Amino acid sequence: MSRLTFNRFADSLILVVAILAVWVGLHAYAGDSAISAPATTFAFAGRLLVQPSFWTHVAATMEAFALAFAISAAGGVALGLVLGVRRFAGDVAEPILGSLYTIPKVTLYPLMLLVFGLGMSAKVAFGVIHGVIPIMLFTIAAVRNIPPVLLRTARALRLAPVKTATSVLVPAAMPEVVTGLRVGFALTLLGVLIGEMFASQRGLGFLIINGINNHDVRMTTAVTLLVVIFAVAANSLLLAFDRRVHHG
Amino acid sequence: MPTRKAADAHAVLRGVTRIYPGGTPVHALGPIDLDLAQGEFFSVVGPSGCGKSTLLDVLSGLSPPTEGSVSFEGKTVAGQVPEGIGVVFQEDASLPWLTVRDNVAFGLRHAGTDSAEVDRRVSYAIGFMGLQDFTGAYPSQLSGGMRQRVCIARTLVLQPRLILLDEPFGALDQQTRLLMGDELLRLWRETDATVLLITHALDEAALLSDRVGVMSARPGRFIDLVETSWARERDSRIVSDPAFGTVTGRLWAALRPESMKAIGRPQP
Repeated sequence: MSRLTFNRFADSLILVVAILAVWVGLHAYAGDSAISAPATTFAFAGRLLVQPSFWTHVAATMEAFALAFAISAAGGVALGLVLGVRRFAGDVAEPILGSLYTIPKVTLYPLMLLVFGLGMSAKVAFGVIHGVIPIMLFTIAAVRNIPPVLLRTARALRLAPVKTATSVLVPAAMPEVVTGLRVGFALTLLGVLIGEMFASQRGLGFLIINGINNHDVRMTTAVTLLVVIFAVAANSLLLAFDRRVHHG
Repeated sequence: MPTRKAADAHAVLRGVTRIYPGGTPVHALGPIDLDLAQGEFFSVVGPSGCGKSTLLDVLSGLSPPTEGSVSFEGKTVAGQVPEGIGVVFQEDASLPWLTVRDNVAFGLRHAGTDSAEVDRRVSYAIGFMGLQDFTGAYPSQLSGGMRQRVCIARTLVLQPRLILLDEPFGALDQQTRLLMGDELLRLWRETDATVLLITHALDEAALLSDRVGVMSARPGRFIDLVETSWARERDSRIVSDPAFGTVTGRLWAALRPESMKAIGRPQP
């Protein structure tokens, strides 16, 4: 094990221990009526994982999330590239996008329900409105931050416009685009879960809100724990990819 | 102020001006006349903002002249960089997502050169620039000087007959610049290419060049052309030659009033 790997492992271990300590402290302070203890939660989560009905909810969330993230990523990167290259359009759009991004999305939820109704469409739409704007903003910045000298180099090497786009523009913008996708991934998941909390009969968000309504603290805490584990694992993979494209 | 006969000329500029359009058009360059002889090492010095880099852009084909004409090997340069011209920029132009080897091979691969030839030329250029221990490294793992070597190697593999360098050592410390200057002289001798170097450093221009063109404050024109008469086999030790001081002194005598103008303090 290299020193760097060891340090990363030690840092992760310290973080996990710190989170568990905060969790234990919170449980001691608020009691079982607010949050279940770590051991109880892990045991309950283990039982959930072997129930087929739980996986139906997981599948519903994953389906909505996959669709929402695919739309956010494709739409955000494509529009971000266009707005990044077309400087005037980007200058007009960027402050508008920034303002839209600061609006609490929950205030748009009644509108979403009226437009998309209850179910999958609303969940996907809610995920997309959370994820697409940061991906667009990161992509616009990625294109604008490409050093002009790289484009001059492409011209000096007599690259055709298509080759310049595929061999210089895209790889040069890639690190920031990947960072945007990583941020968009987390926010899209958040949007889907919030969508499931308010307008769905299936999904992990529904299980959480149902647990709150029924005062089933173990269910609420255990599902939240499983969502956090999934999000951290997925984010770690994206972070590793992010580091790879940043080349140190 | 054209010098040398056009018949010897490898690249020729005639009446070249460059005016950047806009609300207030900026007359950046010219009119300029210049003949670069085959195999000559020519440097350009001038005050900041006098249009040195614009001259390089126009000569390379990266930027069109507003008036006048540019030709390279008898053909008009218009709209794009012709085959046979290699450009090295002042800024770090290494591609951060590629290793040193892939950076050096980048232009050749896109030119459709067969892979055996790419390997042969890239290996030679990497060895020539002293990068053989770093072929798998990414630019972020290299010093500024080494990244600039990568960019020079990437130009070298294309076997240009005219090499244009825009202050390639501007960001380097004095010692590294002297050593890189020696590398550049070695490259020039070995390739027989014509070299045009843009620099703000008078000593660099004086020790490297066969001729040095001194430009006026904007709009840049040649106000003096200084011949150095150095032997082709030379290196940075020439700085201890008494003639080196004479050349540098003449360059500064021509340049000083223009530099004063450029900073808004013209001499009476």
